[in-house]
Amino acid sequence: MKRPEPVQVVKQRRDDALRALVGGVPYIQYLGVQFDRRGDELTGVLPFAEKLVGNPMLPALHGGVTAAFLEVTAVVTLSWAYLWEDIESGSLDFDPAQGTRLPRLPKTVDFSVNYLRSGLPRDAYARARVIRSGRRYASVHVEGWQDNREKLFAQATGHFVMPQRR
Amino acid sequence: MTDKLKLARQFIEAIPHSRDLGMELTEMADGIAVISMPYDARLIGDPETGVISGGAVSAVMDTCCGAAVMSHPSNAGGTATIDLRIDYMRAATPGQAIVTRAHCYHITRSVAFVRATAMDDDTENPVATATGAFTVEGKL
Repeated sequence: MKRPEPVQVVKQRRDDALRALVGGVPYIQYLGVQFDRRGDELTGVLPFAEKLVGNPMLPALHGGVTAAFLEVTAVVTLSWAYLWEDIESGSLDFDPAQGTRLPRLPKTVDFSVNYLRSGLPRDAYARARVIRSGRRYASVHVEGWQDNREKLFAQATGHFVMPQRR
Repeated sequence: MTDKLKLARQFIEAIPHSRDLGMELTEMADGIAVISMPYDARLIGDPETGVISGGAVSAVMDTCCGAAVMSHPSNAGGTATIDLRIDYMRAATPGQAIVTRAHCYHITRSVAFVRATAMDDDTENPVATATGAFTVEGKL
C-alpha cells in the first residue's frame, strides 16, 4: 500500500495554490480580503478598515464593499472548486519562481445582492456554495455575516462564465 | 450651485470608501445622479489584462444609486440598499474612467426603485447595468 503524503506537504501545496490565486489580484489586496482554509472549504475574511465605510454617521460598511466582498468570495471559491483536482494531483503547478501563469478567474455575468442588515464596523465573513458548475457556466450562492453565523448581513447569487482550459 | 447639490456633494465626498476611490459626483438632482471613478491599478481584478474588478464597478454603482435616491424630491433623508443586481456586459477598458448614471424612476413612502448604467469612454456600449431597491427614510 502507498504511504499517504506527509501532512505538511499537503498543506503546503494547498496553501501555495490559494496564495497564488488570491495574491495575484490587486483588488482583493486593496479590500484586504483573506481566505481561511479548512480542507477544501474556504471562508472569506474582510478585516474592518476605515476606508471601507459607506455611512460615516452610523458608521456602516459601504454597500459596494459588501457586494465586492461577496463577489470576491464567490469567484475565488468557484475557481478553487474548479482547480481543486488539479491542485491535488499536482498537475497544476503554481510556482511563481518558474514563471507559471495563474489560470484566469471566472467572469461575472450577473450578481444580485440582498442587504439584510447594515454592515457593522467590524470584521465580516463570507462563505460561498457552488450551486452548479458546468463546462461553460456556473451559479454560486454566497452568505455574509459578522458576529453571529446565523444572522446574515447580506447574501448574494451570481452567474459566471468559466475560463477555458488552456 | 444649489445648496441641496452642494450639501449632497459634500456628503458623497465625506463617504470614506468613495473618497478613497476618488469618486466624483458631477450631477445630482431630481432623482438622477452621475458619478465618475478614475482608473486605478488598485482596482484591477485581472492582472493579465489590467481590467478592473466587477466588485469595483459594484461600489460605484451602489454609491450612484444611493445618490439618485437622496436627490429625489420625495425623499427627505438618507437611504440604504435593500437589494442591488448588476449585469456585467463587457470588460471595462483599462486606463479609462468609469462613469455611472443612476435614475430613481419610482418612489413610494418606503421604497425607491433605481436603474443605473456604467460606461467607459465607449458610451455606445455599457460596461454594466444595475437595478436596485433602496429604503426611503425620514418620513413616517
